[in-house]
Amino acid sequence: MTLFIEQCLNGLQFGLLLFMLAAGLTLVFGIMDLVNLAHGSLYMMGAYFAATFTALTGSFIAGAVLGLAATLVVGMAVEVIAMRRLYGRDHLDHVLGTFGLILFFNELVRIIWGPAGLSLPLPGWLQQPVSILGFQYSAYKFSIIVVSLAVAAGLYLLVMRTRTGMLIRAGASNREMVGALGVNIKLLYTLVFGLGAALAGLAGLMNAPILTVQIGMGENILILAFVITVIGGIGSIRGALVAALFVGFIDTLGRSYFPDILREMLSPTAASTLAPALSSMLIYLLMAIVLIVKPEGLFSAGHR
Amino acid sequence: MPFRLPPLTLRNVVVALVLIALALLPVYSQLAGDRFALTLFTRIVILALSALSLNLILGFGGMMSFGHAVYLGIGGYAVGMLAKEGIYSGFIQWPVAIAASALFALVTGALSLRTRGVYFIMITLAFAQMAYYIVSGIARYGGDDGLTIYKRSEFFDALNLSNKTQFYYVCLVILYLAIYFVYRLVNSRFGMVLQGTRSNDARMRAIGFSTYRYKLTAFVIAGVLCGISGILLANQADFVSPSMMYWTRSGDLIIMVVLGGMGTVAGPVMGAIAFLVLEEILPILIKLGGVPFVGASAAARASEYWMIVMGPLLLLVVLFARGGIDGLLNLIGDKFKQRGRS
Repeated sequence: MTLFIEQCLNGLQFGLLLFMLAAGLTLVFGIMDLVNLAHGSLYMMGAYFAATFTALTGSFIAGAVLGLAATLVVGMAVEVIAMRRLYGRDHLDHVLGTFGLILFFNELVRIIWGPAGLSLPLPGWLQQPVSILGFQYSAYKFSIIVVSLAVAAGLYLLVMRTRTGMLIRAGASNREMVGALGVNIKLLYTLVFGLGAALAGLAGLMNAPILTVQIGMGENILILAFVITVIGGIGSIRGALVAALFVGFIDTLGRSYFPDILREMLSPTAASTLAPALSSMLIYLLMAIVLIVKPEGLFSAGHR
Repeated sequence: MPFRLPPLTLRNVVVALVLIALALLPVYSQLAGDRFALTLFTRIVILALSALSLNLILGFGGMMSFGHAVYLGIGGYAVGMLAKEGIYSGFIQWPVAIAASALFALVTGALSLRTRGVYFIMITLAFAQMAYYIVSGIARYGGDDGLTIYKRSEFFDALNLSNKTQFYYVCLVILYLAIYFVYRLVNSRFGMVLQGTRSNDARMRAIGFSTYRYKLTAFVIAGVLCGISGILLANQADFVSPSMMYWTRSGDLIIMVVLGGMGTVAGPVMGAIAFLVLEEILPILIKLGGVPFVGASAAARASEYWMIVMGPLLLLVVLFARGGIDGLLNLIGDKFKQRGRS
């Protein structure tokens, strides 16, 4: 039972982490109509920056804050230099252009930090377990849950309750009209892209102590973020949250319990051969089912 | 429909010359003793076939598949897995590989084609990654490390795929057949309907075509053609690994198609040649170009990072040269024609 609760918390943590990545992706798509494959590169940059700044300053918190700021700046620079030229073009152009950016970022990281990965050590106070409702859980994973929930709430307030959020929503539904009303739409887009980049960077730097910081780390998780945006409905932040939690739970619980279930049904050898392959298939199966029932995703933003 | 020779434009002349040059390549390789050229061009011919198949759905059908490399993996793994189980006959391996590609294309295509636009891009990508993770997880067939194939597909005694020249010509003949097949297909009624759905799907449905079926058929045909190039790729490398179907490989295929010219029969072939040759010579160019500025050793080191040039180069092609090589040739051809007239 304890194990089950722990796995549920792991699923929640993983899901919330994925939400941050998917939220940036879906925000940029919903508002700028831009498919950004290089989102995973920003995730990677966040992790690299945080690892570097933590090593420089000696403080995890300072490293994380500086890393986040640096990712925000890189994101806005990418928007101004490259992305701006892709708006209004075919989706194929987005895919190719941002694919080129991935190659660029991977090589850039290789030149600056070298081909070997980095590690981001945790400070002592995050390594101890905390006790929640009478059982022990990793303090760091718990803090990821808390931070992600805070970010999700902040994002909701920003988009639904502030003037900037109103402009963002207005820009999503009619770009020219907002521009005609005197809003600096270019600046708004740069800010939104920077926000998406910062969310990706935050996800990257929070995941960095759990995994290693390495080239290509963004690409695997990007696919999951894509699956989430497809399930949730592209452009919908609420959909991204629900789908991210679904995917986080199914992936985590699937990996820990699916082999046992399979062992009940098949011979042990067949089960141990098939289990790793099949449990990594579960989320794609979920996606296929959602698509059969609702081709536009669970919470489609409408016209797209 | 009787076969009519295509009109004599600059583009068609260049394409014909390229196809003839490909046929003569082993002669050059033999005379110059350049073994590497033969290996490189075998790879180019094989990947040209995959680019050609992708173009059928991407360029002519307007279906933006971002998981096309999965068929390279399926074709390759069908050969690899059967070889691992001791079945080397090409008469079994190849039909199984083709059937597996067709089945995968049918199932994932039927699901993916329910969606359009960005959803389609992401779904094809996700299905390809699913296959990637499945293969990575099967320890019996090498998992992440891949699977070595100890014997190439066997047909009859006269045909020995282990002979490099013979294997090259097998690949080339298959490519030529595929080019002819695609040429006939896109100019047939089926091809016209397919191109109609690319331009305006709703209108095609309104005049009574079941566009879903046409698109699914094209999707399966493209999957099978790419599966065949997977078979060839596995035989060429004597090795299969999950990285054959990693999503960046799908990206490479899209680049080849766009670089060569979308929606043209021969464009992807030229795109594949350009892309793979560029991959070989870009490091050399950086090395030579850098020597006067930063010295020989720094230039040699810089050449390892050729991807940092390739990435922005792609971005530039996308932004400024959408017609690709094909469009460029047509542009030059038109210029000549105008000059001749005036």
